[in-house]
Amino acid sequence: MILGREIDFMGVRKIAAAISAVLVVVSILALIFNSLQFGLDFTAGTSVRLNYSDTVILDEVNDTLANNGYEDAVVVSFGSDREIRVVLPVDEDIEVDDQAAQAVVVGETIAALLSDNSSSEVTLLGSDYVSAKVGEELAEQGGMGMLVALGIIMVYIAVRFQFKFSVGAVVALAHDVLITLGIFSIFGIEFNLNTLAAMLAIIGYSLNDTIVVSDRIRENFRRMRKGTPVEMVNVSLNQTLSRTLITSFTTLLVLFSVLLIGGETTQGFAVALIIGVVIGTYSSIYIASNVILYMKVTREDLMIPVREGADPEGTV
Amino acid sequence: MLNRYPAWKNGLIVLVVILGFVYSVPNIYPDDEAIQITTDSLALAESDLATVTTALEAAQVEFFGEEFSEESILIRFNTVDDQLIAKTAIEEALTDDYIVALNLAPTTPGWLQAIGAGKMNLGLDLQGGVHFLMEVDMNAALGRRMEDNLSNVRSILREERIRTRGTNVVDNSHLEIRFANAEARSEARSALLDNFPDLQFQNRESGDVFILDMRTPADVILQTQRDTLQANRTTIMSRVDALGVAEPTVQQQGADRIVVELPGVQDPAQAIRFLQRIATLEFHLEAEPGASPASYTTYTSPDGLVVDVDNEVILQGDRISNVRSTLDQNGLPQVQINLDAQGGNQINRVTRDNVGRMMDILLSETRSRTITGLDEEGNEIEEVEFYEDKRLISHATIRTALPRTFVITGLTAREANDLSELIRSGSLAAPMTIVEQSVIGPTMGRENLEAGFRGVLVASVLVLIFMMFYYRVFGLAANSALIMNILLIFAVMSTLIPATLTLPGIVGIVLTVGMAVDANVLIFTRIREELSNGMPPQKAIDSGYNRAFTTILDANLTTFLVAVVLFTIGTGPVKGFAVTLMIGIITSMFTAIVGTRALVNIIYGGRNIQKLSIGSYRLPDKSGIEAT
Repeated sequence: MILGREIDFMGVRKIAAAISAVLVVVSILALIFNSLQFGLDFTAGTSVRLNYSDTVILDEVNDTLANNGYEDAVVVSFGSDREIRVVLPVDEDIEVDDQAAQAVVVGETIAALLSDNSSSEVTLLGSDYVSAKVGEELAEQGGMGMLVALGIIMVYIAVRFQFKFSVGAVVALAHDVLITLGIFSIFGIEFNLNTLAAMLAIIGYSLNDTIVVSDRIRENFRRMRKGTPVEMVNVSLNQTLSRTLITSFTTLLVLFSVLLIGGETTQGFAVALIIGVVIGTYSSIYIASNVILYMKVTREDLMIPVREGADPEGTV
Repeated sequence: MLNRYPAWKNGLIVLVVILGFVYSVPNIYPDDEAIQITTDSLALAESDLATVTTALEAAQVEFFGEEFSEESILIRFNTVDDQLIAKTAIEEALTDDYIVALNLAPTTPGWLQAIGAGKMNLGLDLQGGVHFLMEVDMNAALGRRMEDNLSNVRSILREERIRTRGTNVVDNSHLEIRFANAEARSEARSALLDNFPDLQFQNRESGDVFILDMRTPADVILQTQRDTLQANRTTIMSRVDALGVAEPTVQQQGADRIVVELPGVQDPAQAIRFLQRIATLEFHLEAEPGASPASYTTYTSPDGLVVDVDNEVILQGDRISNVRSTLDQNGLPQVQINLDAQGGNQINRVTRDNVGRMMDILLSETRSRTITGLDEEGNEIEEVEFYEDKRLISHATIRTALPRTFVITGLTAREANDLSELIRSGSLAAPMTIVEQSVIGPTMGRENLEAGFRGVLVASVLVLIFMMFYYRVFGLAANSALIMNILLIFAVMSTLIPATLTLPGIVGIVLTVGMAVDANVLIFTRIREELSNGMPPQKAIDSGYNRAFTTILDANLTTFLVAVVLFTIGTGPVKGFAVTLMIGIITSMFTAIVGTRALVNIIYGGRNIQKLSIGSYRLPDKSGIEAT
């Protein structure tokens, strides 16, 4: 990137903080009131796959199912405009042993019902029972993983940098994950195991970005003799800006090609990551540095103890 | 000298490049469609191969590359259609004792195999296959153990002639014995104490009844569960091995579940049939004449004998430590059964009191019934449901009080063989049910794989083009490193780390592609900066690499830590993603830092240069822009 002048990123830091705060609050509210559209990985149920001889109109299928006592059924198109997947929540009265057999019966019932109420020919492609336990455990693992990862990251950054940077990085991570989840909730994008993995990847990505910026801030604090913390952070952000943008650009390039040609199964993953990368790029500029400034970072925080005869790093 | 690598360093890089290439190359050899024939008990003979080839010739199916061993026969085909026709033909030609399974066979050249180069394991989502999640019925396992303890307690008390007012199992971890007075109870307690070191004893009174409670402490329950799960996994593993599937996964998941994944298996019904030989043994006494009908169940033995078997289990199959079919001193076949210590005490006590009576062994199996359903193409396929089935497999007279090791005689050689085989493969420590099963068709797997790789390819090409235009000569160095990086990831995953490539794994690679250039972007922007600050080119290269290094290290180390956490905590897709991310971080550090530096050194090192071809950067002391 070719920049003729410095951009005063931190000049608008109050506005950025306000925007982020609003986004995070909206996301949390959305998660509380709207929840997430959990995929079958997380809810027990029967998944019935059907093939239509003509283009399926999802609303019609929904109406047919709702009028016949399947109000809870979720209909999603699957792979093409002629294939759908109907997801039915589990019937609690049936013993777990029978679920697999039950799934077959449910599949046939649904196929017959839809076939009777549609002009096109409906073929049953398959029906599976999906247990929720697995998904629940994975969600726990995922959540647990995030917490442990956050803890380890905080310690690492506190050792390599300084505690204030730990807080900055973790706030930025929480910000990114929450807003991405919020977007999932608001737009009703299905949350499944792939998207869970994507959330974890977002942590990795956002962290990468934040560390690069923090690294520069540390270097400039040690090197620059004058200037307020705000000025020094601004200089650091400007110095890393071209790298931040180029890396985000190449990563987005990759993600969009996965989204467009990577096939059905990886789309959720790609969407989640695209949202995460955009927010991650924003947060590495405005959030982590903002938190560091808010915590009143000083040059002393980052000075390495000078050993006898050693040249302090950063004053080369 | 500035910007020159010593020869050994360049040599090392070349070596890594060659190794990376060689070990990633097997992945381009496609697998052949194949059929694998195995048999349940006896070894395969050359004549079996002859039968098969004759049948195939009769059916006019083209085949090649027959491999024969005593364990299995493998035959390759050109197309899936041939493979399917062949399967039917072979099944008709062979008896039911043979298992004919659709499979895939590698075509990697011998010399590559010889140096240990192989293909990456593809996950189910990429290769197709079957996935089962089986749940071990821990309550049944614990309950059975308690029943076991109860029958043990009864016979000890009988032996010591201590009268009770009744004994019963309260729940899976609690047993109570009622006595008329405190003396009987304390006598019983001292008699039982040594026999049940694992249980906790407690006295309790209820009205005029003196009760002795025996409880399994929580840590013993936990240990039992752990042992049970482990034992079941081992049994399932041996069954899966018998199926002859390449790279099966049999993993414990959580406290009571086992995941079985059979990649490449294109015939799930058969896999289920095999896994469903889920069986446990029970030892019973024959019902005494005139016993109440509620106390026994009638079974028919394989040779048509009708036997009333007492319902009380005198010994559970999980007490068996070893089974062998051997010959006695007269050369007659027999089955030798070894029990563990507690099992030995138990059988000894029961049989001592029952010499001359008949002992029956029941095989309890969870079996499957097949019902017809439709697959994705609308073809009829077999689907499976399960039910419990108990069979009488041995009915023999107790000749003496049995010790820990005893034999079952009066069998033919074949029967002895079958019985020991059944007991061995059949003794699951606890019953299991399938809580989740899914079949990923080979077509779907292949589509996922192709789409995934198309994604990687297009993404890489786009990134390569961008880097080349943006960073010119340095961009080309970065591009070589990127290609090298992908090769190295494949090589590592194919050889060094037995990682399974899954769809999230591919996305992990894609993400590494995006992020791998980050290291180079960091370095190159640093070099540009130094040039803008007026540093001479050679010094700018050196300083750019050095100063970007700490940043890259910090950034990659933290991301690596995240990946390690994901790998340790996660399962399935999360793990698959974490593996590729970890490998990608390490290989990209090497290629992006050391690899590009070597190239840059070769291009610019040790020469007197004025300008670097690294895209445009601001010249010192000027506001203008220098385009190179």
